[in-house]
Amino acid sequence: MRPELQKLFRMDKLPHIWCPGCGHGIITRAIAEAINESDLDLDKTVIVSGIGCSSRAPGYMHFDTLHTLHGRALAFATGVKLANPELNVFVLTGDGDATAIGGNHFIHAARRNIDLNIILFNNNIYGMTGGQYSPLTPTGKIASTSPYGNPENNFDIPALAIAAGASYVARGTAFHDKLLIDCIKEGIKNKGFSLIEAMSMCPTSYGRRNKMGNAADMLNDLKTTAVNINVAKKLPPEKLEGKFLIGKLHHKPYPEFTQEYDKLIAKLQKGAE
Amino acid sequence: MTSKKARLIQGNRACAEGAMAAGVRFFAGYPITPSTEIAEIMSEELPKLGGKFIQMEDEIASMACIIGASLTGKKVLTASSGPGISLKQEAIGYACMTEIPCVIVNVQRLGPSTGGPTSSAQGDIMQARWGTHGDHPIIALCPSSVYECFTLTVTAVNFAEKYRTPVYVLMDEIIGHMREKVILPNIDEIKIVNRKRPTCPSNEYKPYQIDETLIPAMADFGTGYKWHVTGLFHDETGFPSGKPKVIEEQFKRLMTKFDKYSDEILSWEETEAEDAEILLVAYGSTARSALDAVNILRSEGIKVGLFRPITIWPFPEKRLKTLAEKANKIIVPEMNYGQLILEVERICKDKASVGGLFKFNSLPITPEEIMFKIREVL
Ligand SMILES: Cc1ncc(C[n+]2csc(CCOP(=O)(O)OP(=O)(O)O)c2C)c(N)n1
Ligand code: SF4
Ligand SMILES: [Mg+2]
Repeated sequence: MRPELQKLFRMDKLPHIWCPGCGHGIITRAIAEAINESDLDLDKTVIVSGIGCSSRAPGYMHFDTLHTLHGRALAFATGVKLANPELNVFVLTGDGDATAIGGNHFIHAARRNIDLNIILFNNNIYGMTGGQYSPLTPTGKIASTSPYGNPENNFDIPALAIAAGASYVARGTAFHDKLLIDCIKEGIKNKGFSLIEAMSMCPTSYGRRNKMGNAADMLNDLKTTAVNINVAKKLPPEKLEGKFLIGKLHHKPYPEFTQEYDKLIAKLQKGAE
Repeated sequence: MTSKKARLIQGNRACAEGAMAAGVRFFAGYPITPSTEIAEIMSEELPKLGGKFIQMEDEIASMACIIGASLTGKKVLTASSGPGISLKQEAIGYACMTEIPCVIVNVQRLGPSTGGPTSSAQGDIMQARWGTHGDHPIIALCPSSVYECFTLTVTAVNFAEKYRTPVYVLMDEIIGHMREKVILPNIDEIKIVNRKRPTCPSNEYKPYQIDETLIPAMADFGTGYKWHVTGLFHDETGFPSGKPKVIEEQFKRLMTKFDKYSDEILSWEETEAEDAEILLVAYGSTARSALDAVNILRSEGIKVGLFRPITIWPFPEKRLKTLAEKANKIIVPEMNYGQLILEVERICKDKASVGGLFKFNSLPITPEEIMFKIREVL
């Protein structure tokens, strides 16, 4: 690891617990790269996570880190950010963590447009508990609790975030890590709720059951299924069938919650003088 | 300071004012009867003080939110009732495990489930002790008057800070909604306690250090200590550990950390208890009726007394045991199916006979009912 990245990690806590070929390590490195290139005050940066393989990432990162409860990371992070808006707050979460048990917190944090940078590691499965289907397991796919194929439908995470009020929404993948870094950097710059969906992969609990080959095959799947939004604009709809978009999907800044609250305080305190 | 004025206020208001007087500057909650007034008052007053109020999307989010805020160094509060307190439980356990100061006000209503939103009850005594999974330490304080809603909320905030723990203020609907004339203390008369913060260099900081105080220093997020907080079992440095020896050491420190400070934590009130042959053990609004019963029966020459635990958890066990040596009979009136009586029986069973007076139909226990029960056992 490059020295400037090393200072962002707790090197003594490595090696990590993730399986060989897990996509989460690549995404974690992308987050560190983005922070490194963003000139943030590292003492004033807090990383919050829920529970899951992905939520273990902050334990390896050299910041104030808060590993919380399954699904509740955004509620904890809301407390951190509102109590001290000076802090840069990141939330690292999984597809299950953020959209199943934490789905309500997800839409409400977006609705408030609170200045949080969310990196959602989407591996389409509950990895940590051994591969049960999540709200992002594609219909028909095999999981340990959908042995006959998943009978449920999926969320479209960016659409959900946009509808709920997120002011910045983007998507990258473990294959398109350069793009992912750029998206995270842009999210950091956005003063408001920034959601970056990072397509990951779980060879152990998802790929194996669905005969998706080894980690390299899964990475290649990400490469071939993703279409950059700028390219997609020029393609006919039939070319986009079965594909997903990557890149900046939405950016519409509007007043941010903690700044608005501080304005209220200033107004009330001025009125009292 | 302005001179003190007598005011007619509600228990819920006294609680909110106590919190702010103790330095609470962050509140997260979700509306629920009969605790809602606390949130309403906080939403109006906190921003004037430069503090923050947020109405979260549910009660576990509120609990999580105040824990996050506490980590930045703020004194924090949430308030709820019945179903809302049930929803908070997983996050309360997290605060016990990670030792994050916070105060939870429970204005008890009739349960289980939706139960009776506007009905008073004392049915959450055992939930306060054991509501979240796993062994854990907890402090719960139980006010009996509007004045005590103020003073005990101050104490709760101070205990949370000093002992790095969640603390319950266990009110009941009667206490929360009752109006009484009070003369509240001035700000400069209130003792304020702040959490211990580290002074060592960041690379030497151990957020779960085992030393003779049993209460490790806690760094504010954003001050360069870069520490890790997790609900997993962790070693002194805060990082996860599955080593049985580490788990056992940290568990022991956690479970015994209040014992060392029991002189300060335990509080109770006694009325004619020294020579009582019949001793009432009552708390919260029920203790008011018990007090009336004691005063009336004493005037008739009946040796009745009252032991009122103010700290319900941990329970003031030693003192009750001593009183039970003299009393032949102990009666525990409670607005539930019999909860604190289990603890009283455990403590007194070899010393005195213990009986209960339970009422769970939404109505308060009256002095007459208590006197009737006493005459029955005379
Ligand atoms: C309240 C609660 N319910 C269930 C669990 C068990 N659990 C732990 S992680 C997890 C799923 C994690 O999936 P995801 O968020 O997608 O993360 P991944 O492991 O795939 O990175 C579950 C169900 C828990 N820890 N807490
Ligand atoms: S189970 Fe899946 S998500 Fe978890 S570490 Fe292994 S590969 Fe990664
Ligand atoms: Mg997952």
